[in-house]
Amino acid sequence: MKSIRIGSGAGYSGDRIEPAAELAAKGNIKYLCLECLAERTIAIDQQARLKDPALGYDPLLLERWKQLLPICLKNKVTIITNMGAANPLSAMAKTKEAAQQMGLKGLKIAAVHGDDVVEEIRKGSCTLDETGEPVSSLGDKILSANAYLGAAPIVEALKNGANIIITGRVADPALFMAPLIHEFGWAMDDWHKLGIGTGVGHLLECAGQVCGGYYADPGKKDVPSPELLGFPIAEVSEDGSFNISKVEGSGGLVNTHTCTEQLLYELHDPTSYKTPDVVADFSKVTFTQLGKDKVAASGFTGRAKPDTLKVSIGYIDSYIGEGQMSYGGAGAVERARLAVDIVRKRLRLIGLNILEEKYELIGVNSLHGEAISAPGSHNPYEARIRACVRVGSMKEAALVGNEVEALYVNGPAGGAGAFKASRQVVAVLSTFIPRSLVKPVLAYEEI
Amino acid sequence: MKLHDIAHSRTGDKGNTSNISLIAYDPDKYPLLARHVTAEKVKNFFGELVKGEVVRYELPQLGALNFVMKDALGGGVTRTLSLDIHGKSFSCGLLTMEIPDE
Repeated sequence: MKSIRIGSGAGYSGDRIEPAAELAAKGNIKYLCLECLAERTIAIDQQARLKDPALGYDPLLLERWKQLLPICLKNKVTIITNMGAANPLSAMAKTKEAAQQMGLKGLKIAAVHGDDVVEEIRKGSCTLDETGEPVSSLGDKILSANAYLGAAPIVEALKNGANIIITGRVADPALFMAPLIHEFGWAMDDWHKLGIGTGVGHLLECAGQVCGGYYADPGKKDVPSPELLGFPIAEVSEDGSFNISKVEGSGGLVNTHTCTEQLLYELHDPTSYKTPDVVADFSKVTFTQLGKDKVAASGFTGRAKPDTLKVSIGYIDSYIGEGQMSYGGAGAVERARLAVDIVRKRLRLIGLNILEEKYELIGVNSLHGEAISAPGSHNPYEARIRACVRVGSMKEAALVGNEVEALYVNGPAGGAGAFKASRQVVAVLSTFIPRSLVKPVLAYEEI
Repeated sequence: MKLHDIAHSRTGDKGNTSNISLIAYDPDKYPLLARHVTAEKVKNFFGELVKGEVVRYELPQLGALNFVMKDALGGGVTRTLSLDIHGKSFSCGLLTMEIPDE
């Protein structure tokens, strides 16, 4: 039976690059898929594009190509990635330029765009999923609106012979499912097969996270050579059976527990994992260890795709000011608590218009609050205060860090290591629009 | 015993919703998790951190539970004032929960 091997070359925009090169060199893979576009990233990239129309693609695009293009071309590995982010066309042009500079030939690059629906969203009457408010309530704060495209345009690019495919917003699993549909001729309404393909994508899309990344817990879950963590490979047969493995000799591990953690990662109702292509059902999945670092996965299925497409809307929400200061030695926690009290009062004395505020002691209660952290149950040698305040402007945000820093000369004894920062908050909300309003578009370049 | 003795866990985030998997190392221990780690208990455990409802999904063939916690991320990764913007550390927090030995 025909089978193909797909590698996952990135789990997020800033991920390690050598494991992807290792996959292309030694993984015996036909496709290398790189998922680099988190929910909010595209809105930030859209801001970059507004400043410079040539930007808006993944900041590591060219660094990745330097390490990946020659080896992928040599081993005939087709690349599929969403590194086009807010500007797939520019990413395609830059890719062509980089390939020419490296003296590469025989490349057909495709850009998938049409996910940008900001004009439709601005004039439409959609409702925000999270708040129930109309989209118009965001007014002129909207930066971007991108619909989640499915696998179809990527499949078309593969049919047309592209060996590098660069998309913007596409459902993450679609990057991995497209080559399966293309290679095996799976029908776009074969919901069972598309449920399996979505499962392959879901297990691979965070790269190292299924190979022992984000997994180690010394003494309970030990991971060999995490500094050399290998990235995963799915070997998928025409009938939809598949297994997960990694490059032999790489660090990390693949077992039924790493696969189970990744299956449930960012999953809500296991019977209903919604994508543009299918509503996948992971509720009956099982894993079987086939050998060292090789796990068979089965039990995936799916049902008819949703009528609408999800749209992520990026908008300027607010501004955040932050300040941190450490206290150590005798009475550290008491002095840190006094410091918080002073900052809280100072921000009121200077008349800051506070929209939301949070004060925490790093090393004491910053991650899970007072309730779980059990106040008084331990007495750490040091504590670091963190004041984080939402305000309406960058100017006000800067005042928060300044007040923390001023504890050096005005606050409790022994404050150390001040840090301050202020930033604009680009937030994301969702809405759903009819499929008919979204038209995927393909463009090509050859060298 | 602590959940950490018999189970492992990973947290995921989508918008303002957090999900925590709880997976028994040994499938024989799954009934213990299913009996003692209810949605209500998880909701109470996290207290003020989780403002919305907690729904539990069962995957007995994997020895796993999946808890979906609404309104748990201070407005979501893009907006929250928390240090742990994704709520990624919640998983290891849950593993400190005490349950009866049988």
